[in-house]
Amino acid sequence: MLQVRELHAYYGKSHILHGVDLDVAKGEVVSLLGRNGVGRSTTIKAIIGEVPPAGSIRFKGEEIAGWPSYRIARRGLGYVPENRDIFPSLTVRQNLLLGLKDTRRPGKWKIEDMLAMFPNLASRADNLAGVLSGGEKQMLTICRTLMGDPDLIMIDEPTEGLAPLIVRQVGDLISEIARRGVAILLVEQKLSIALDISARVYVMGHGTIVFEGTPAALKADAAVRREWLEV
Amino acid sequence: MLELLIVSTLNGVLFGMLLFLMASGLTLIFSMMGVLNFAHASFYMLGAFFGFQISRWVGFWPALVVGPVLVGAIGAVVERFGLRNVHRHGHVPELLFTFGLAFVIEEVVQMIWGKSPVDFRVPEVLDFPAFTIFATNYPAYKLFMLLISIGIFVALFAVLTKTRIGLIVQASLTHPNMVAHLGHNVPLVFMLVFGLGSALAAIAGVIAGPALVTQSNMAALLGPILFVVVVVGGLGSLSGAFVASLLIGLLQTFAVSVNVSLADVFAVFGFTPGPDSMLDDLWRVTVAQIAPILPYLLLVLVLILKPSGLMGTRET
Repeated sequence: MLQVRELHAYYGKSHILHGVDLDVAKGEVVSLLGRNGVGRSTTIKAIIGEVPPAGSIRFKGEEIAGWPSYRIARRGLGYVPENRDIFPSLTVRQNLLLGLKDTRRPGKWKIEDMLAMFPNLASRADNLAGVLSGGEKQMLTICRTLMGDPDLIMIDEPTEGLAPLIVRQVGDLISEIARRGVAILLVEQKLSIALDISARVYVMGHGTIVFEGTPAALKADAAVRREWLEV
Repeated sequence: MLELLIVSTLNGVLFGMLLFLMASGLTLIFSMMGVLNFAHASFYMLGAFFGFQISRWVGFWPALVVGPVLVGAIGAVVERFGLRNVHRHGHVPELLFTFGLAFVIEEVVQMIWGKSPVDFRVPEVLDFPAFTIFATNYPAYKLFMLLISIGIFVALFAVLTKTRIGLIVQASLTHPNMVAHLGHNVPLVFMLVFGLGSALAAIAGVIAGPALVTQSNMAALLGPILFVVVVVGGLGSLSGAFVASLLIGLLQTFAVSVNVSLADVFAVFGFTPGPDSMLDDLWRVTVAQIAPILPYLLLVLVLILKPSGLMGTRET
């Protein structure tokens, strides 16, 4: 579904990504691991066009590198940014409604489903989203992107800075997304979540992929974990 | 005194609502695209001149519709083929672009209509006093202006809060990139907002043209006040722009009618500086005399005390 080849990206003059190769198959859950600053977020920002990409990005058979963000999203590639960009001056329900790309063609996610899954959001459906807690905002951003019915959703650090109870809820939501057949590319620090739900994992170091394999293979490879993951 | 109060309030609210017609568009453009559109007041002037010309050909009422539609289309073209290309090179070139555009529009207006005021008159149906308070005849045309601006304010508010495109615009005010990542065509929204903002300014121009002076310097006269409104109200805040418009409308209208000076205030306490003292000149300046400075004074104070503006929601 997604094939990234020889992806390079720059912030001004600094060269951040040095030829990243990465694949996500239909309905597959893949995690992108690594320490802070190795280029994991930049990789998905380059895929979505937030950072100008150089190299090849094919999604559902089409080369999408250089497309405007809204066209990439319409093609079925969802993106949940790390900074939980909710629209603070709109209500929770309005935030969710804006996730819909076309009001005439609702997808497999309904507002009622979302609110049933998260009683916290349901009780605040008509409150301004700006007053939600960090965890609720995270749920809202993921749900909002799901409303657009993506075939692949890229989620950047969803559990960062959240309390353990909320982290578990986010984990449950990600499992639910996978269960409904949506492919996931997850950037995550917390190894346990990533290893539990992923079919494959990539480990990044210094702007390239340094390991690719199953979670079991990563657990077995102490050298990779010591060199690229453990602090 | 009561007469002055009522008439000044009416005039102040009217001026404020006219300012809001322009400030609303400017705020939308400023917040969404980060461009301080120096040419915004020029679209107001174009509205007045288009209104004048179309009124001559087919009458005032068609002009009230056709003028703003034409100016809105010009605005959309400017965004699509001008600003959007300049945008890639950053905010400073954008600023310079709108700055240059303001001069181009002014020169073109002078070439076509000349430098002196044109004879843009109040339509005859509205050329009568609506009511008389004490000795003042309040013109029906001013009430008409007030009604039009309030009507458009209500319509704009309804569109922004009740429709889907309005919600997209509201979300783009603070998070344009995120809106694009959800699959909304943000460049198209930008073009529509720029066109709509220009059209709103043009409506203000068509209705203000007959009441004020329709002349090629009217953009330069009004532009600075408009920026005061947007900055005082706060970036990203339409309600802030509304409050600031009324505030500045009332402030200016009341200030010109107040003939009080520091000398009068201190005279109450029995203190008067001698005629030769250095303070004498300063003491005799009336509020009416400094009225034109007051909005800018307010701007400076707001920037010092609350740089994000009265109701600003965005940092940059």
